[in-house]
Amino acid sequence: MPVLWRRIAIFFIGLLPLIYLFFKATNNLLGGDPAKAIVLFLGNWAFYFLLFTLAVTPLKRLAAQGWLMPHRRMLGLFTLFYALLHMLAYFVFILGLDFSSFASELVKRPYILLTIPAMILLLALGVTSTQGMMRRLGKKWMSLHKSIYLIALLAWLHVLLQVRSSYEDALVFGILTAALLGVRIYWRIRKFTGG
Amino acid sequence: MLIIKPDAIPSSEITPESIYLARRQFMRSAFAAGVLGAGTLASPALLADPSYKAAEASSSGPEWLNRQIATASADKQKLSETLTPYGIVTGHNNFYEFGYDKTDPANKSKHFKPHPWKVEIAGEVAKPGIYHLEDLLQGQALEERVYRLRCVEAWSMVIPWIGFPLASLIKRFEPNSKAKYVSFVTLEDQQQFPAQKSALSTIDWPYREGLRMDEAMHPLTILAVGLYGKTLPNQNGAPLRLVVPWKYGFKNIKSIVKIEFTERQPQTSWNQIAPGEYGFFANVNPSVDHPRWSQAKERRLPSGLLSPNIIPSKMFNGYADQVASLYSGMDLKKYY
Repeated sequence: MPVLWRRIAIFFIGLLPLIYLFFKATNNLLGGDPAKAIVLFLGNWAFYFLLFTLAVTPLKRLAAQGWLMPHRRMLGLFTLFYALLHMLAYFVFILGLDFSSFASELVKRPYILLTIPAMILLLALGVTSTQGMMRRLGKKWMSLHKSIYLIALLAWLHVLLQVRSSYEDALVFGILTAALLGVRIYWRIRKFTGG
Repeated sequence: MLIIKPDAIPSSEITPESIYLARRQFMRSAFAAGVLGAGTLASPALLADPSYKAAEASSSGPEWLNRQIATASADKQKLSETLTPYGIVTGHNNFYEFGYDKTDPANKSKHFKPHPWKVEIAGEVAKPGIYHLEDLLQGQALEERVYRLRCVEAWSMVIPWIGFPLASLIKRFEPNSKAKYVSFVTLEDQQQFPAQKSALSTIDWPYREGLRMDEAMHPLTILAVGLYGKTLPNQNGAPLRLVVPWKYGFKNIKSIVKIEFTERQPQTSWNQIAPGEYGFFANVNPSVDHPRWSQAKERRLPSGLLSPNIIPSKMFNGYADQVASLYSGMDLKKYY
């Protein structure tokens, strides 16, 4: 399949979770507490897309699946897209657009506070994701975009700090994040030791 | 001779046909149950509520309990807030023995068997023993109680329970002077409660809760056996659960198999998991945050997309005039 067609396909696949959520919301299928359901769903999908994005390079190097490489940017942009929707849903459905309470929430809850640097970095990566920006930033582009590792760690902490009745989600996200970051650490060590 | 001719009947005196028909329907079913005269559950207008019909349609439960529930008297405290629909009351639950999602209790409780059921009464009482549910309920006058339920997760409902004051049960077992607290234990059974097998759960099964004696004896504290005029669905804690309306929902322990009277404050499940987040008292208090979220407001379910229905939470969940005296002189920031 030509790259353009794949790009179009991935674009529409990326929108499917949102369409699914919209279908559930308009058909009253989100249960008794749709506010919470929507925020959780969007947050989960932001994390899934973050993991898809991080999986592209290992898939290329370990499984010879290089065809995903040209689509990494779109996967990253979908991470940003769902993270922004997640945050927007939190403002509208949990805080009821009461921004004065947001300030106090931010100060008091570390799991909310750490989303601020994560969101700023995600936005920075999104804004600098174009070809033009890549050219303009040169070598700096690579070091800036390495901050996705930090974003992944912050996202995982955001989940871990909210554990209540079960470690399941924190464990699954944790293992996947650790594997995708761990393989890079392994490559880095091997490069330095010349192995 | 003064002849007073009545004016036209004021419209306030005219019973709408729907209520009139619902009343007839109610009388018929009450008669069928053989409890005509005794049964005065919920006002006829309430019985016309589709939620009562939904409860009627999906109710099971043994005949003896259905008969007793049909005799329940109507709520004396009129709560003007809108009842949470039956589908949400029975479809959005925290009952971690069945799973972590809000829909797990409804989906995974089909094979739970609440009958026959036994409850162990233990500790500082004159009459300890293992009692059948029938014996515990014998002679208890059931009542409908429409209560707010405020979950510690900042959502809330309004539920018409059927139950009886815990005090009237406690008195029967004659607790002695050492009985300062009452502790409750939920059933532990991995066959019936699939999530009790999970290695990732933070809860050390079985689930435990407790009350101070004066809280347990308070007239607002009830043991519920039904809701919306029918037996409790499995996901709501069948066959017997605690309801303490001025405390966060997790105090309302479900599917109780043991009630023990103790001299010392009992260990309770959420307090054991995170003592900094869930106190023993767990009174609804909008001015004391959960460390991870504010308790100032709540989402009254059903919370819609266009209207999230966010309302301010009230001290003691709006029951302050009845229960605040229990805690006079206590620092509620310290004893949260």
